[in-house]
Amino acid sequence: MSMLLQTNHYEVKFLVAGESGLIVEFGAGISPQINALVQQLSKMITERKIAGVWEVVPTYRSLAVYFDPLCITRSVLTGQIKHLLAKMEPRETTAVSAKIIYIPVCYGGVFGPDLEYVARYTGLSTAEVIRVHTAEPYLVYMLGFAPGFPYLGGVPEQLMVPRKEKPLAKVPVGSVGIAGNQTGLYPVETSGEWWLIGRTPVKAFMPQAQQPFLVAPGDYIHFVRISIDEYFAIRREIAAGQYSPRISQQ
Amino acid sequence: MITVIQKGIFTTIQDEGRFGYRAYGVPLAGAMDRYSYRVANLLVGNEKNEAAIEMTGVGASFKFDEEQYISICGADMQAKLNGKPIASWSSLLVPKGSELSFAEAITGYRAYLAIRGGFNVPMVLQSRSTYTGAKIGGYEGRTLQNGDVLYVLEKLSRQTTLQKLPAPYVRQYPAEIVLRVLLGPQDDLFTDKSLETFFTGFFHVTAQSDRSGYWLNGPKIMTTSGKSDIISDAVSLGSIQILSSGMPYIVTADHQTTRGFAKIGYVIQPDLAQLAQAKAGDRIRFILVTEREAVEALRWEQQTYCDIFAVLDLQKN
Repeated sequence: MSMLLQTNHYEVKFLVAGESGLIVEFGAGISPQINALVQQLSKMITERKIAGVWEVVPTYRSLAVYFDPLCITRSVLTGQIKHLLAKMEPRETTAVSAKIIYIPVCYGGVFGPDLEYVARYTGLSTAEVIRVHTAEPYLVYMLGFAPGFPYLGGVPEQLMVPRKEKPLAKVPVGSVGIAGNQTGLYPVETSGEWWLIGRTPVKAFMPQAQQPFLVAPGDYIHFVRISIDEYFAIRREIAAGQYSPRISQQ
Repeated sequence: MITVIQKGIFTTIQDEGRFGYRAYGVPLAGAMDRYSYRVANLLVGNEKNEAAIEMTGVGASFKFDEEQYISICGADMQAKLNGKPIASWSSLLVPKGSELSFAEAITGYRAYLAIRGGFNVPMVLQSRSTYTGAKIGGYEGRTLQNGDVLYVLEKLSRQTTLQKLPAPYVRQYPAEIVLRVLLGPQDDLFTDKSLETFFTGFFHVTAQSDRSGYWLNGPKIMTTSGKSDIISDAVSLGSIQILSSGMPYIVTADHQTTRGFAKIGYVIQPDLAQLAQAKAGDRIRFILVTEREAVEALRWEQQTYCDIFAVLDLQKN
């Protein structure tokens, strides 16, 4: 059920996801290069405002295009996407400009009950775990699992800890966790299997706000260590509507 | 105002769903059975997709402080108005001070209560649908509770003629259903034998099923590699994931927008209404359709709403 297309030396697959879903898949692995293509095409399709296309969902190595098949046929849509693929920038020059969002995190203590465990497991001190976790920005490959939940990649090998065997039924909002090669923050209260190493006062999902989501696919998140006093200070600023996290454009 | 006096098992306010935010991890939510939901709105003359009440398994009871024009569709939850049985798939005038009650579903699983003018709850991300997973939409992001008070959104002209849906449009809910499936996107990962098993075997709905999805039990479906996890990708309504256990899981309204299990196929959109009426223990069979057949089924569904609209319009005159 797939079509193959060679574009810019990539094998692009067109897959069927129900009568109103089209998956455009690049490559077979998780890499920033492949994801950059996904983000680029996702942006191009969205900006093109193709009649009959409801929305585009970028993921690690593919994107889903949801459409109304009574308005646009799969073959017409596929043709338009192939046309866009032919115009895509090669991977060496990522056309999507990256935004870095700095997220303040209070590590350890009641906010990061598993920090000690992660330190013991990795053989690092808690201070080193924090230093490594905050050293580099992480790419937001995609959002999923819960509203505003970012799937971040690029966790250093030193910090890899297998996920918990028993999920925690209620992970507090704002918790920052790690598991395997993934790290992220919980925008809503859900169950979770990640080790919780800290908490951010910043809200990643604000359903009533003009901008309901803190991060978008293709952005970068850079965690910044803060003290517990700063945590509460920022929380007060957020409550008063006076806080927005630092953002830089690469 | 309308007061909830008996909340039922899982009663929420739903509309057509929350479109446009799946890239941010927000599921569509919305009515599980869009056929019953849309017909219920048509029966009270709501032309837009107004918010209605979805009841699950065991229905709720309501007290009406004012006269309202309502309709009931979907599962038969033994609806009664002031103690007297009333028919599903029709509209009726509820006099001031009445009590409308629902009990356990005797056929189907989800019933819809629509009201002329629609229920008035705030829009959240352009929809009134409740998504309890993130506590958004509907009535404070949660299921209705005893004592909750609801209002009507739009004061429309008074309508008193009873509208009854003609029999051919009334859905039946047998304990065994057949769902039409379009293969993909990961059908190539499965063994030929498993594909055959999938389309010949019987699967049972398990009690774990909820608005997020239907967990099925039946013959094991295997991938060639023996593993069913893939690099997480997008999933949407109707996608049939094969879990590590080899059992199918059909994604419905409150789905996660991305998941890491191979998807053998998608239940076609018009058939999800029938799935939403299946309860624990019911039997499911899958049949393979082509894309042309799937799109034709969708066109037929749309035409049905137009036909119903026309028929009800005739009844009024």
